[in-house]
Amino acid sequence: MDSIIQGFLGAVRLIITLDPEFLHIIFLSLQVSGTALVVATCLGLPVGALLAQRRVPGRGLILSLLSTGMGLPPVVVGLFFYLLLSRSGPLGFLALLYTPSAMIIVQTVLAFPIVASLSHAAIAKVDPVIRQAAVTLGATPMQEVLTVVREARYGIMAGVMAGLGRVMAEVGGILIVGGNIAGYTRVITTTIVLKTSMGDFELAIALGIILLLIALGINLGLRFFQQAGGVRSGVILWD
Amino acid sequence: MGLILEVAGLAKTYPGQTVLRECSFTFKPGRTYALMGPNGSGKSTFLRIAALLEPPDAGEVRYLENGAVRPHDLALRRRLNLLLPRIGVFNTSVFHNVAYGLKIRGRRAQEIEARVNDILLQVGLDHKRGQNGLDLSSGETKRLGIARSLVIEPEVFMLDEPTANIDLKNTEIIEQIILSMKAAAKATIILVTHDPAQAKRVGDHLLALENGHIVPL
Repeated sequence: MDSIIQGFLGAVRLIITLDPEFLHIIFLSLQVSGTALVVATCLGLPVGALLAQRRVPGRGLILSLLSTGMGLPPVVVGLFFYLLLSRSGPLGFLALLYTPSAMIIVQTVLAFPIVASLSHAAIAKVDPVIRQAAVTLGATPMQEVLTVVREARYGIMAGVMAGLGRVMAEVGGILIVGGNIAGYTRVITTTIVLKTSMGDFELAIALGIILLLIALGINLGLRFFQQAGGVRSGVILWD
Repeated sequence: MGLILEVAGLAKTYPGQTVLRECSFTFKPGRTYALMGPNGSGKSTFLRIAALLEPPDAGEVRYLENGAVRPHDLALRRRLNLLLPRIGVFNTSVFHNVAYGLKIRGRRAQEIEARVNDILLQVGLDHKRGQNGLDLSSGETKRLGIARSLVIEPEVFMLDEPTANIDLKNTEIIEQIILSMKAAAKATIILVTHDPAQAKRVGDHLLALENGHIVPL
């Protein structure tokens, strides 16, 4: 019991004193997951929009693959990219293993299906009359697509927030390809795993509190976007 | 000399139903046409084809200007407008809904501001300028749809039952807007309506869609 109390007190001290190592780990986590999310959104949103608005060959299969991808086990993705990026692997020449870049790649692969799939769902739900209105008012094909995407913005943002939740909490994949190197690839989740296994609870608890606060923020954001999108949007609610 | 809309030999068949057959007519610039016909007679289909939103199975839609046929490109499409029975209101303010057509045409902010404010005043929605378009009543929504069309100054303006399912007050307002446009004679107006009295009040020419043909009444 004493070790838990000591751990909490130490954690509070770390948070209050803004310990540099503690801050660096949080910053790196946000940097890696934030970058992965931006890349996943840049790739996932157009894919979701394309699948929702155009007749794409194999659309059903692609959607099934994306749905499956939403539940990809992070350790399997980590293992796959470890094999690809290891010195003897086909992409070993890139020398990305045990770098933040490798962690970003793994997290991007994990977030991409979530963003693409939920963007697709949000865009597909937009009432077709919105697209027709854009066309009759003289929109070009690109303006028409952007108008529909804009109408689905709350659903898309909910997808992005869900993707952020997935990558921020992820540990298996980035541990394999990042290596948990202090000051370089050590992020919140991998530090918690390491420090817990060492019985050093102060930093683990402090980072756990921060992770919970981030998760709370993500969920509040998700709730906001879901409510905003549900209450008023071009989305059909009554059909 | 404005755009002349000429349809020739239009045919359209949906599974189990032929709605247009050998349908031909010429709509002169600056005139107002009221098109009537029973439910399912093909009025909406005709408007969608004339507005270049869907192709006919056979026949041609021609827009002529100075004796030459205009290609069916974006430039031509932007000179036409079809007000659909269901207004697709964008999830944004009334102002930005109305400004949409000008924004996608790349107009300057100052011009957009002035034009939209002017149109909102015309349709009686100036006091709802900052309100979300989705919060309007059904009559106001129809007026919003008309405002979005008016702001882009279509040369051929097609309205598909603009006063269906709205109250008398809003019907009168919308008719007044159409009559103002008619008086200005800048656009060809094709109004689809079920109401013969409205057709007489608004139209220069009364037409009916019968057995797939457009016939003058």
